[in-house]
Amino acid sequence: MKYLEEFRDPKAVRELAVRIAAKATRPWVLMEICGGQTHTIVKQGLDRLLPESVEFVHGPGCPVCVTPLEQIDRAIAIARRPEVTFCSFGDMLRVPGSDTDLLEVKSAGGDVRIVYSPLDALALAQKRPDRQVVFFAVGFETTAPANAMAVAQAKRLGVENFSVLVSHVLVPPAILTLLASPTNRVQAFLAAGHVCTVMGYTEYEPIAAKYHVPIVVTGFEPTDILEGVLAAVTQLEEGRAEVENAYARSVTRQGNQPAQSLIREVFQVTDRKWRGLGSIPSSGLSLSEAYRDFDAELRFDVLDVRAEEPAACRAGEVLMGTLRPNACEAFGTLCTPEHPLGAPMVSSEGACAAYYRYGRTAPGGTAP
Amino acid sequence: MSTADPEALSQARSEAVVDSDSLSCPVPRSGHDTIQMGHGSGGRMSAELLSGTFLAAFTSAELAALGDAAVVDTPGGRLAFTTDAYVVTPRFFPGGDIGRLAVSGTINDLAMMGAKPLYLAAAFILEEGLPIEDLRRIVASAAATCKEAGVPLVAGDTKVVDRGSGDGVYITTSGVGIVPAGIEIGPDRARPGDVVIVSGAIGDHGIAVMSVREGIEFSGDLASDAAPLHILVAGLLEAAPGVRCLRDPTRGGLASTVNELAGASKVCIELDEAAIPVHAPVRGACELLGLDPMYVANEGKLVAIVDSSEAGAALEALRSNPLGREAAVIGRVTQGPAGMVSLRTAAGSSRIVDLLAGEQLPRIC
Repeated sequence: MKYLEEFRDPKAVRELAVRIAAKATRPWVLMEICGGQTHTIVKQGLDRLLPESVEFVHGPGCPVCVTPLEQIDRAIAIARRPEVTFCSFGDMLRVPGSDTDLLEVKSAGGDVRIVYSPLDALALAQKRPDRQVVFFAVGFETTAPANAMAVAQAKRLGVENFSVLVSHVLVPPAILTLLASPTNRVQAFLAAGHVCTVMGYTEYEPIAAKYHVPIVVTGFEPTDILEGVLAAVTQLEEGRAEVENAYARSVTRQGNQPAQSLIREVFQVTDRKWRGLGSIPSSGLSLSEAYRDFDAELRFDVLDVRAEEPAACRAGEVLMGTLRPNACEAFGTLCTPEHPLGAPMVSSEGACAAYYRYGRTAPGGTAP
Repeated sequence: MSTADPEALSQARSEAVVDSDSLSCPVPRSGHDTIQMGHGSGGRMSAELLSGTFLAAFTSAELAALGDAAVVDTPGGRLAFTTDAYVVTPRFFPGGDIGRLAVSGTINDLAMMGAKPLYLAAAFILEEGLPIEDLRRIVASAAATCKEAGVPLVAGDTKVVDRGSGDGVYITTSGVGIVPAGIEIGPDRARPGDVVIVSGAIGDHGIAVMSVREGIEFSGDLASDAAPLHILVAGLLEAAPGVRCLRDPTRGGLASTVNELAGASKVCIELDEAAIPVHAPVRGACELLGLDPMYVANEGKLVAIVDSSEAGAALEALRSNPLGREAAVIGRVTQGPAGMVSLRTAAGSSRIVDLLAGEQLPRIC
């Protein structure tokens, strides 16, 4: 596949790994923000190609994993209603809520469907005026424009049986929360290329300056990620802390302005809870006043569905790399992949879940 | 799992294998009170259903062997015997239909034991309201596949259920065949040093079906590979009679099949991602949908594990048949941890390939 194969070329990957090893004279802790990047790192085994001095801390950028329990419970409450056709991206369906997940709602007779685009859900609503079609609008800035587009079109076309359950989150507030922690270990960030494709990267410039951390806008293929690592390590070794664009084939400094204005029209910034991190001020999006009619939380009156993240969960510390997963009291007892307390155990890419797996495959069967 | 009971914990751990290979974010719940779609995925939930419900009730050694077909001794020789149910939606898809699938799938289950398929029987469960024309097309396609394969259908049954009690048509096909003397094939026979071969590109069937089901059109030719493989197998066994394992990587795909073989043989299998053939349209569709072709179903491919001394002959025999034209060596059996499958990634590193926990769901991120 043109435009993909060249970014997976083993020779180019090895050359980059060698250059990173040559550059890194000291231990450095890097965080890749996005779950898609974690995916590539684990799937391609990139972490094993790098010198031990370069440590990846996997960031909170998997929207599926950071969606709070409360929002999953609200989705389940809506999906159970007989008049509702509940549409979602595929992997949201098995995120555990307080006592069940959307796949179980489906098997119990709920009309729960996987769609690939919010516009598919809108089309379904037009085709089935007898059904209340609800789309689970999750994700970072990347998915916000398409979700905004679906809501704007629904309003323009007068599709009254369509609504969205919004659980959008924003990257910069999460980075600020991590950096503001007194125990933060992360010394440089790989910013999420797709988020920056939409938003540009001017938002990150004051963060890099204030906390003196390099922030490298990074893509998702193996050579993209290693280019990002090389740029970050180079900055760290040289004592620089700048926002650098290592994904220029997709990202510009100002980003996609029509998409941004659509987001601004349909959404407004709001406080959001993050699974594992808690409530972060101004860290998410909700529908703006003009689009309130399409808010599923209001339409189905689920705002009183409340759920608190379990107090025993220390996911925030794990996410910041200050707590090893198996040092947590809940690890393997209260908290397992079947019954996760926090994001790193929910996600198969998460640090806690990875420790669980490592415990099985390592010689002797014990976690390190 | 809110208990600290060591035994329960240990079981939880064994179930908690994170599919770093499927990398679908959340790990699904287990211990369900009702049947979930994941129980039909061919992954870990299917295995739990099988062992916890069926193998607990039926205790024959032939069933416990978990081959594609059972091989039973009869006065006339070794008989291979199998049955399989077909429930695909949509009923017609590029490259095939449920009728062709129902014949070739059962023939393939027999062929994977090294058997020469002899006879088939099929039961058709029809839903009230199914267009007769659809049924005629399906039956004609099944008959044409029987003719192509040279394996007659000799018995059958039909039942009709109320509208809403079925999905148009379900077919269950049983088959018998004879295993020639000297052929010893089983999932537990792989040995370190053996070579792993796949007979062609993976993922064609699953993606062809999905393209119709999801109404997504991809550029390029996408067609199911559904085909009877017994002639291909016969040629393979003639050239390499020492073939140790054969399995068709249907539901759960190549990754699940290789895991099953590694587990049954208590060996480690190392695969080479770059050597695994995947057609460009399938690769593109998987990229787009966030799926891994290693877990996508095939209906006209086989995985063979052969002694390294026979690998060349096996490969040549497969490639001489149009159904095996793209056969390739994709890995080898090693003395690594028993039951583990590792993959040398295209980028030159390595990772573990595990069974999927449940269904493969498209990822958002």
